[in-house]
Amino acid sequence: MESILLSLFLSFFRIGLFTIGGGYAMIPLMEAEVIKGHGWMSSSEFLDIIAVAEMTPGPVSVNAATFIGYTTAGVPGSVFATLGVISPSLILLLALSRILIKVIQSPQAGNFINGLRSGLIALILLASFTLGQSAVIDLSSTLIFIALFAASVLTRISPLYFIAAGAVLGLFLFPY
Amino acid sequence: MKPGKAEGKNEVSLWVILLTFFKVGAFTFGGGYAILPVIQQEIVNKKKWISHEVFSDILIITQSMPGQLALNSAIQIGIRLRGNPGGIIAALGVTMPSFIILLSIAAYLYPLIRDNLYVEAIFYGVRPAVVALIATAAVKMGRSILHGLNGIILCAVLLLAAIITGIHPILILLAGGLLGLVFCKGDNR
Repeated sequence: MESILLSLFLSFFRIGLFTIGGGYAMIPLMEAEVIKGHGWMSSSEFLDIIAVAEMTPGPVSVNAATFIGYTTAGVPGSVFATLGVISPSLILLLALSRILIKVIQSPQAGNFINGLRSGLIALILLASFTLGQSAVIDLSSTLIFIALFAASVLTRISPLYFIAAGAVLGLFLFPY
Repeated sequence: MKPGKAEGKNEVSLWVILLTFFKVGAFTFGGGYAILPVIQQEIVNKKKWISHEVFSDILIITQSMPGQLALNSAIQIGIRLRGNPGGIIAALGVTMPSFIILLSIAAYLYPLIRDNLYVEAIFYGVRPAVVALIATAAVKMGRSILHGLNGIILCAVLLLAAIITGIHPILILLAGGLLGLVFCKGDNR
C-alpha cells in the first residue's frame, strides 16, 4: 500500500512538473505514467476520466489525479495523487519565486520553452493517435471523431459542448 | 515576495483567502483559461486584492512555468497577500472543490453507473469526442507556437524520435528544450 501511495505521488509530481502551458499538456505524460508505466488503467478508462474531468469544475489535471488516485488506492490514493500534481507549482513558487521570475524572463529560457513546446505538440499529436486506437474502433465512432474534430478545429466553442455532443451521438449510434 | 505587499491596507485573513479560492475553484469549468474571467471578477474587480497590472504580470509567469493556470495564479496571489502561508492556503482552496467533487464521483457515482448499457453507449460517443479535443489541442497549440520553419522541423524530428524510440515523454520535452536553445533563437514567444 505504502509503495502504491509513493508511486502515485511521484508519478503525479512528474506530471505536474512537466505540464507547461496547462490544458492538455499533461495528456502524453499521464498516458506514459498511468497507462503504460504502471498499468493503473486502460486507454478507454483513461478517456472516460478525461471526459469526467472536463465536465466538472477545476483544472483537468487535478480532477484526473483525484479520480485516478481513488480508483488505484482509495481515498489515501486520491490525496497523494492530488498533492503530487500540485506540489511542483507550490515548491517552485514558494521557494524560488524571485529566481524563477528572473530565469523566465531571460532569452535563453524563452528559447528553451519554445523548443519544449515543439516537443509538447509532437507528444500531444502522438497521444491522440495512441489513445484514439481504443476510442475510434468502428464506422460510427470514426464518424463521431471526424465530425467533432472538424467542428472543434474550426470553432472556438467550449470543450463541454463537444463532450455533450459525443454523449448524444453515442446514445444514437452505439451498436446495442 | 514579502507579505503585506498587497494593495489593500488591512491584512487579508487566511480563512478569507481559503474561502475565496474555494469559490473560484468551484466555478471554473473546463480548467485552463476558463479561470481567468472568474479570478478577474472575484479578486481584481470585487475584492481589489490585486490590480490589473499585477494580474497580467502573474499571468506571464504562470504561462511559462509548470502547473495549471488556475493553481499557479492562485498561489501567486496568495503569496502576495500573506506570504508563503497565503500561497499554500490559496492552493488548497482552489484545489478542494475539484477534489471533493471528483472523489464523490469516483467513490459513489462511477461504480453505480459503470455497467449500465446506456452509460456505455454515452462513453462510446464521448471517447472519440475526447480524442478529437486532444487532437484539436495539438493543432491549435501548433498554430500559435510553431511560427518559424525551425519550430516545425523540431516538432517533426521529436515526433519521429518519440514514435521510433518510445522513450518517456519527459526526455522528449527536455530534448526539445535543449534543441530549442540552439534552433529557436530569436523566435518570439
